[in-house]
Amino acid sequence: MTNHRRIAVAMSGGVDSSVAAALLVERGEEVFGIMMRLWSDDGLENRCCSSADLARAKQVARQLDIPFYVLDAKKQFKDRVVDYFIDGYSNGITPNPCIECNRSIRWDFLFQHIQVMGATHLATGHYARINQDDSEYRILRAADKDKDQSYVLSILNQELLAKTLLPLGEYQKSEVRSVARSFKLPIAERPDSQDLCFIGSNDYREFLDRHDPSLSKPGPIRNSEGTVLGEHQGLFAYTIGQRKGIGLSMPVPQFVLTKDQNTNTLIVGPKELLGVSSFCVNKVNWVSGIRPKNLNSVNVQIRYRAKETQAKLTIEDANEAHVELNAPLSDITPGQLAVFYEGEICLGGGIIQA
Amino acid sequence: MQKPSTYLDYAASTPVEPRVLDAMLPYFSEQYGNPSAVHIWGQKAENAVERSREKIATILDCKPNEIVFTSCGSESDNLALRGVALEARETKNARHILITPVEHHAVLNTAKDLEHLHGFEVEFLEVDSLGLVSPEDLTSKIRSDTALVSIIFANNEIGTINDVHALGDICQSKNVPLHTDAVQAASQLSMKVNELNVQLLSLGAHKFYGPKGIGALYVRSGINISPSQTGGGQEFGLRAGTSNVPLIVGMAEAFEITNATRTDHNEKYRKLRDRLLSSIPNLVPDSRITGHPIHRLPNHASFVFRGVDGNQLLAALDAAGFGCSSGSACKTGDPTPSDVLLAIGLPAQWALGSLRVTVGRSTQDEDIEHFLGVLPAIIEQLRKVNS
Repeated sequence: MTNHRRIAVAMSGGVDSSVAAALLVERGEEVFGIMMRLWSDDGLENRCCSSADLARAKQVARQLDIPFYVLDAKKQFKDRVVDYFIDGYSNGITPNPCIECNRSIRWDFLFQHIQVMGATHLATGHYARINQDDSEYRILRAADKDKDQSYVLSILNQELLAKTLLPLGEYQKSEVRSVARSFKLPIAERPDSQDLCFIGSNDYREFLDRHDPSLSKPGPIRNSEGTVLGEHQGLFAYTIGQRKGIGLSMPVPQFVLTKDQNTNTLIVGPKELLGVSSFCVNKVNWVSGIRPKNLNSVNVQIRYRAKETQAKLTIEDANEAHVELNAPLSDITPGQLAVFYEGEICLGGGIIQA
Repeated sequence: MQKPSTYLDYAASTPVEPRVLDAMLPYFSEQYGNPSAVHIWGQKAENAVERSREKIATILDCKPNEIVFTSCGSESDNLALRGVALEARETKNARHILITPVEHHAVLNTAKDLEHLHGFEVEFLEVDSLGLVSPEDLTSKIRSDTALVSIIFANNEIGTINDVHALGDICQSKNVPLHTDAVQAASQLSMKVNELNVQLLSLGAHKFYGPKGIGALYVRSGINISPSQTGGGQEFGLRAGTSNVPLIVGMAEAFEITNATRTDHNEKYRKLRDRLLSSIPNLVPDSRITGHPIHRLPNHASFVFRGVDGNQLLAALDAAGFGCSSGSACKTGDPTPSDVLLAIGLPAQWALGSLRVTVGRSTQDEDIEHFLGVLPAIIEQLRKVNS
């Protein structure tokens, strides 16, 4: 009994989690499927778990002949992800709800729940690899570099990794599709991570304005010398590096450089002024569980789909690090996650500070 | 080690008894005639149907021509409500229907339909916190234009048994027909319609170890009722369609076995039920029994647990090898408290965490002991996860 594994697969009705489940079933593992119902804006369906997705996930479970359950996580999702998203903007950052969902819904609420259901492991359809090296679990980039999702898994720790399975890590997306075909599974593409699944329309600004009207507080737009150039309609509506939609007519194109939350000021400037070559991160998670010494040559990824940039890390505190980039980047956004890599290995990450 | 799998959801459905299956089998491929046909194949099929009708009538202590076969308990409820209400509107301009707030959806939604489509006024009788209808309330609510009263015999969610006989007396004195949904009760209680004093009574075979897809409605002679399905005139013109011979045979066989063994089974069920009812409130903090502590179905134990999602509880119990049910459960992860639990006055934070444990012929003492050993820890863990 001690070696007996019982695996819960987080299913979404999409091709990736369906194939993840199929691969485990094919290996002879004891598997059950579980799908969460998440909160969504008034009267709309959450795009991560619409009724069509639910029907598809059930169909896959039926084809694979595995038990399937639905877990109501609407309240938890609202409390821990949506409210964090809204609060983040009122604190002047650009929050990343998908990361928060992984941290506090998938690998916390769901993870605990499947253990109550007797599961030993949670499997998901993420593209990343988990290796065990000298009793240490490591997250590696996926075999399919285009699909790699290790960025959103950088919040995991040793305890969670020991009980997490990522069956797609060694597969190319094209292979996953052909496995799906060979199992005659429905091939449905899911909205990519980074999509705001709980917002009905694609307009997050309208959503935020409705849920927190205080965000729409007009304030000055200034250049870096302090000259007022115009008025903005609420800082939440702008992102660092943004050019379009600022509403200024200037001879030289203007870009959002920073947002000063304290004075409710949007600071813009020409392209040459855009770009930051150092920043701090906090709430750092080291996947190994051990804070490394300063790292002189790591790669850092500042967004989900961004390319990596070489950097030097100065680590003075368990939860904080200073990042010195080899070359400046124009879209470093407070609130987003900076994730550190050494070759293929995901070391961990932290939240970019203003 | 094989994981245990213990079925504790006999109120939802029961396995077909082997003897019942044996009785049905010849009527699929050997005695396959249409009961309406003149020839010998037809006569054999007709005999099988009519013998079955007689068997059921004997148990109900009524005449065979008072038994109408339907496809299930829900259809019986539909025929009773629609058939009697629409007929009463035609013949005596009735437009009032009395039901309880703890009816099965087959009655509740049929009454609502009669309200929306046919202009009836549906009024609810009051139930107390145990789910019982009060005779005084019934007396005060029956009107001269009441088409019928429908009162559930034993509630499927909370097990409470209504005093149908006393309520029947009241309806009789006011000359209003009483229908009772006896689908949940039929496996354990006497169905003698004269003792119960009802004019209509619904049955479904799969609740008493018969097959799914077959039910019956008792309609007392003299009750005016219009058909639910028109066509070839089968079932005394009330329910057209070729008789489902094998399932009718199976229903009668299952009902006979049930009636003959009822007392012995009930005695065993009561012990198991009372073990559950007396243990769980002690083993699980913040738990309550729902329904009547004594006047409840012998095989039926039901509870609510504060701050627990019933759906999660059922999934976790299933993973632990126990099949149970809940008034609030649904398979789409969208839990809403059941109408029944709200009607008996439970606040939503309790009503969402409901659990129904129903035992049956195969349930053993050790199944219940094993269940009692597992349940408290699962609830404790779920509360922790949700906190």
